[in-house]
Amino acid sequence: MSASSEPLLKVTDLATHFITRAGTVKAVDGVSFEVARGEVLGLVGESGSGKSVTGYSILGLVDPPGQIVSGSIRLSGRELAGLDDEAMRSIRGREIAMIFQDPMMTLNPVLRIDTQMIEAILAHERVSERAARDRAVEALQKVGIPSPRERLEAYPHQFSGGMRQRVAIAIALLNRPSLIVADEPTTALDVTIQSQILAEMQALCRDTGTALIWITHDLTVIAGLAQQVAVMYAGRIVERAGVDAVLDAPRHPYTEGLLGSLPSAATPGEPLRQIPGSTPSLGRLPPGCAFSPRCAYATAQCRTEAPEVSGQTLGGGVERQFRCHHPLQEPSR
Amino acid sequence: METPVRRFVRAFAEDRVAVLGFALFSLIVLLAVFAPFITPQNPYDLAKVDLMDSRLPPGEQTGDGYTVWLGTDGVGRDLYSGILYGLRISLTVGALSGLIAASLGMSVGLFAAYAGGRIETVIMRIVDLQLSLPAILIALILVAALGKGVDKIIIALVVVQWAYYARTVRASALVERRKEYVEAAQSLGLSSAAIVFRHIMPNCLAPVIVIFTVQTAHAISLEATLSFLGVGLPQTEPSLGVLIANGFQYMLSGRYWISSFPGLALLLTIVSINLMGDRIRDVLNPRLEK
Repeated sequence: MSASSEPLLKVTDLATHFITRAGTVKAVDGVSFEVARGEVLGLVGESGSGKSVTGYSILGLVDPPGQIVSGSIRLSGRELAGLDDEAMRSIRGREIAMIFQDPMMTLNPVLRIDTQMIEAILAHERVSERAARDRAVEALQKVGIPSPRERLEAYPHQFSGGMRQRVAIAIALLNRPSLIVADEPTTALDVTIQSQILAEMQALCRDTGTALIWITHDLTVIAGLAQQVAVMYAGRIVERAGVDAVLDAPRHPYTEGLLGSLPSAATPGEPLRQIPGSTPSLGRLPPGCAFSPRCAYATAQCRTEAPEVSGQTLGGGVERQFRCHHPLQEPSR
Repeated sequence: METPVRRFVRAFAEDRVAVLGFALFSLIVLLAVFAPFITPQNPYDLAKVDLMDSRLPPGEQTGDGYTVWLGTDGVGRDLYSGILYGLRISLTVGALSGLIAASLGMSVGLFAAYAGGRIETVIMRIVDLQLSLPAILIALILVAALGKGVDKIIIALVVVQWAYYARTVRASALVERRKEYVEAAQSLGLSSAAIVFRHIMPNCLAPVIVIFTVQTAHAISLEATLSFLGVGLPQTEPSLGVLIANGFQYMLSGRYWISSFPGLALLLTIVSINLMGDRIRDVLNPRLEK
């Protein structure tokens, strides 16, 4: 995919704030990224970094008191920020679908799988119930559920966690969306099931050309799945580039810290490394760079002045962006 | 495959007392439904009622030649027939008022939970106001104002019952609304109506079913109370309450049967419903689930 063609999703300076009496919480503050057709973007960050709110903002599902205060979200050239409820509803589930973290909670416990799947189709299309049922069977087949026609008549509690997440993925695929936002969909699953689901998602995206935003705190998941990685910290993207560039040669100290925190990166016998301190409260961010209190490289400038986005073009026209006054040196190749 | 309904039935049947209650209640319903075919007399047909047969003790023969196993009342009505016909009225009034109140209360409760804000506050304060007044008082005033008749009794009973459903459904809906499956349904682009009625409402049904059993028993006894006090149903169409009231004056003269047999029928009906209700509450209570 060339950099000049129109991306599927272009988010520019998105700001989603929660305005409460106790103050404004800037959950997402000036986030920009692009996702091309069929591309997988890994959105990485700790809890409270604003990665989930970014996902919800794209679907227009931010609950009050949260609201998108500025910025633009363009899907295939169409502006989504500021669309009214009815227009947004016709896009949700049809153009953009979502997969949630806990498959135990996202299927309605009292409705059969077929009810929930057929309903999702009929919400957007006028097709016969038989045609909708056939499509549901097809979707279940795609995600690897054995004897889908019988399983359609089951209730959610009759599925295991991994199977439920497959059903949730099948529901997301029903209307052949161009973009799926997946909010930590494998976090609640066993590692063996996780790798199965990851492999299937990868194949599905390749086959259907669906773009994927994979929200996670787990960099190891991203490594095998995504082409592009955006690292979020305190409501901002601190570094964004191709997956190899970010994982092999991070420029932002936070990314380096995240990578260093992985137990697999440690030498056996030595104490595990961690990023000192904890994520700041989004309501009371430190002045300057939000990461400066935890950063080993921070200087006086970092504590008073927030870094702007710096760009850099890597080989092959790939763009790398980061927000840091003192970026890490690029390793000489 | 085990559906939620089947699971419920199996859990319900584990309790023998509840099954006994269900059997008793089924028998009462069957007797009431088939009353015209299994009673010797239509107590509403004044031509069939002979004043000469009045106050016959149980086991006597009437002028028409049939045995009155439960005796007759002050105007010569066969009590067995009267009780079965009375049960029809009591059960109809209880079930109909319960169903209407449940639908009304659920709609109001769901609407309040969904609308939120000031609308919710106003609705829930009306519910509080309604529930702070004694049911019998409201029913008495309403029936006195509306007049006698089955339809008026039902209206009065709906008015005193809907608030229970509204309060309960609103509370469950507020909990359900926060759950992730609602968010998932929203992410599929379902309409608000579909989310409220197809997704949230079925998940609020468990407490409604429990309240329905309690309230139906309550409604039946309330109707009997109103009829006993003479503001409920007319003498020509006696419900259980009217039969009990009619026999009340004869109690001290030793004609115990006129009041006590209808009273026993009322007691058995309410007890059987409550036995089922207790078990249903246990089965549906999420806190008691393993």
